[in-house]
Amino acid sequence: METVTLTPKEQPELFIDAENITPNAFAGKNAAEIAGLSVFEGNQTQTLGQYFEVAGKAGATAEETKIVIKGDVTKVKYIGMRMNGGEIVVEGSADMYVGAWMESGSIHVKGNVDAFSGTGMKGGEIEVDGNAGNYLGAAYRGDWRGMQAGTIRVHGNAGSDIGTFMNGGTIIVEGDVDVHVGTHAEGGTIIVKGNGKSKIGGQMVKGEIYVFGTIDVMMPGYVYREDVDLEVDGASARFALFEGDMGERHPKRKGQVTYGKIYQKY
Amino acid sequence: MAKIITDVVCPFCGTLCDDLEVKVSDDGKEILEVYNACVIGTEKFLHSQAEDRLTVPMKQDEEGNWNEVSIDEAVDYTAQMLCNAKKPLMYGWSSTNCEAQSAGHEIAELCGAVVDNTATVCHGTTLIAVQDVGVPSCTLGEVKNRADRIVFWGCNPAHAHPRHMSRYSIFPRGFFTGKGHKARKMVVVDPRSTDTAKMADLHMQIEQGRDYELLSALRVAIRGNPLPETVAGIPRETIQDVAETLKSGRFVVIFFGMGVTQSLSKNHNIDIAIALTRDLNDYTKAAIMPMRGHYNVTGSGQVLGWQFGFPFCVDLSRGFARYNPGDSTSNDLLRRGEVDAVFVLGSDPGAHFPISSVKKIAQLPSVCVDPHYTPTSAVCKLHMPTAFVGVEEGGCAYRMDNVPIETRKVVEPPEGMLSDEGFLERVLARVKEIKGVA
Repeated sequence: METVTLTPKEQPELFIDAENITPNAFAGKNAAEIAGLSVFEGNQTQTLGQYFEVAGKAGATAEETKIVIKGDVTKVKYIGMRMNGGEIVVEGSADMYVGAWMESGSIHVKGNVDAFSGTGMKGGEIEVDGNAGNYLGAAYRGDWRGMQAGTIRVHGNAGSDIGTFMNGGTIIVEGDVDVHVGTHAEGGTIIVKGNGKSKIGGQMVKGEIYVFGTIDVMMPGYVYREDVDLEVDGASARFALFEGDMGERHPKRKGQVTYGKIYQKY
Repeated sequence: MAKIITDVVCPFCGTLCDDLEVKVSDDGKEILEVYNACVIGTEKFLHSQAEDRLTVPMKQDEEGNWNEVSIDEAVDYTAQMLCNAKKPLMYGWSSTNCEAQSAGHEIAELCGAVVDNTATVCHGTTLIAVQDVGVPSCTLGEVKNRADRIVFWGCNPAHAHPRHMSRYSIFPRGFFTGKGHKARKMVVVDPRSTDTAKMADLHMQIEQGRDYELLSALRVAIRGNPLPETVAGIPRETIQDVAETLKSGRFVVIFFGMGVTQSLSKNHNIDIAIALTRDLNDYTKAAIMPMRGHYNVTGSGQVLGWQFGFPFCVDLSRGFARYNPGDSTSNDLLRRGEVDAVFVLGSDPGAHFPISSVKKIAQLPSVCVDPHYTPTSAVCKLHMPTAFVGVEEGGCAYRMDNVPIETRKVVEPPEGMLSDEGFLERVLARVKEIKGVA
């Protein structure tokens, strides 16, 4: 695997759209060619080389390419957008839309990510050592397909609206989350190791939410069913199982009604 | 002899009352009296006659002193500011006509700006929800003639839309509602005991920020599923009662305001309210409608919609339209420092935005176009006064139910005064000159 190193040199005055920072766009290019790729600051088209020192060269394909960003890129949006294979490591914090609509490969952010990370994600892995913003693994505005496959792991806390319209994949938040978890979900798994707030699983049709800590207010549409012993993300424990949201439609399959499930650890 | 102009449209709130009568002096220059309008509407007309009204553009110099400038200078400053910026924000648009909005959007497209309207701090969340789940709505005429179950959720029309209840929703006798308010059941959901709530048959005094739970509970009750003892501070029996009341109506309309759109859960409050409306349609006819504030904020959404495909916070900086509230909305852009110039027309962010955003406007090159001197003009570098749309200038405006209504001009503006559209056309011409496009 070949490695391309990007070192931030000049902070943009505003913010930059850098959907070209992906192994796909870099594949088969040398440092000079990569530095010539376009990025956008407002209505201005610039080059990657204006904001980053580019070193190394990319592999022949996306799979053989690793991108290391040495430093904070809190003013850079769309890192790893639509990436399809390869690896990105950000040794600092990144802005919005990290790994949005990504299909495969992996992204590791050592700092925080802002909102809309993993939007409409179709596969691959995102790992965040710090905190994540709102709309983690959610659908893009107006889309009914949120995260569909892949894994997002956040070691810190996450914001509100995580997994909206989610219909596959796994989101693991090791810290706390804000309101609205898995709203409108039609599949997928969300694991919250810390505390949840209110409005968990609202309008959920299908899917599982595991909460290890507290839930401020349970949605009125959830009904307690039974206690279950489970192993979740390496931890064995006893959970209370709630099914719902009883206000929402629920498809029937082979005489069985599908419900969304909330598991709360005792 | 004074003359009376009839069928005047009121340019204050989204109710857009079209039955006003205005008494003007013989020479057609002075408004003497306004009939049929609410106090706020009346004031809007009479204020155009204020003696301290601004008529010349004012520009702030480095030391913060205000000096009069010519209209040409104001046009040039605005055009230069928009052309030199990497990502200008063009905010407002809700208190002007659709023609001016359209002219403004042309400038935005040429300059790669972000166009946002007041929905961003108001019913933007409604628009997000509508995009997520659709909307079963109707016109206010249908409400008047058919509706017998009215819900006001998180809104206070008695103060914010003073003639809404008497013209459309509660009191009028319509074709199928001959008994007027006697045949209507009125439910109000509000944590406060407002003047609207005091008139209701049933007031659900909900816990602050628990609208999402209560709406969900109503859906559960309509489906006949079990409920917890209390939800959002409302006993189960009351919720089941309200669900029955709604189901038994011939036509249910849910009106909602900023009590739900801008409190906890925001767009999800609306998408579950829309889902509740959809559920009610299994039993009876039901519709839902936002109580839009500015008289033409709906029109701004319409014009942006047909020009760029999105109803607010449209980011044109990349040459194509992008929309993502939370990223391209005014407050997020200002707070995060993502814009480098601000143009405001037909709204007052200085009075309504958080102080962190207003401080950013004060630091940036900025222009405020408004007939009044407002808190926004105080933080902008240039204030350009224009004529009042709906009073001194006609043009198209959209009522809260998306019905376009042509507003009427009743008096002449002060001498030499440009309209919003006129000013924008001149800025557009100057922008084209600077950019070298035909």
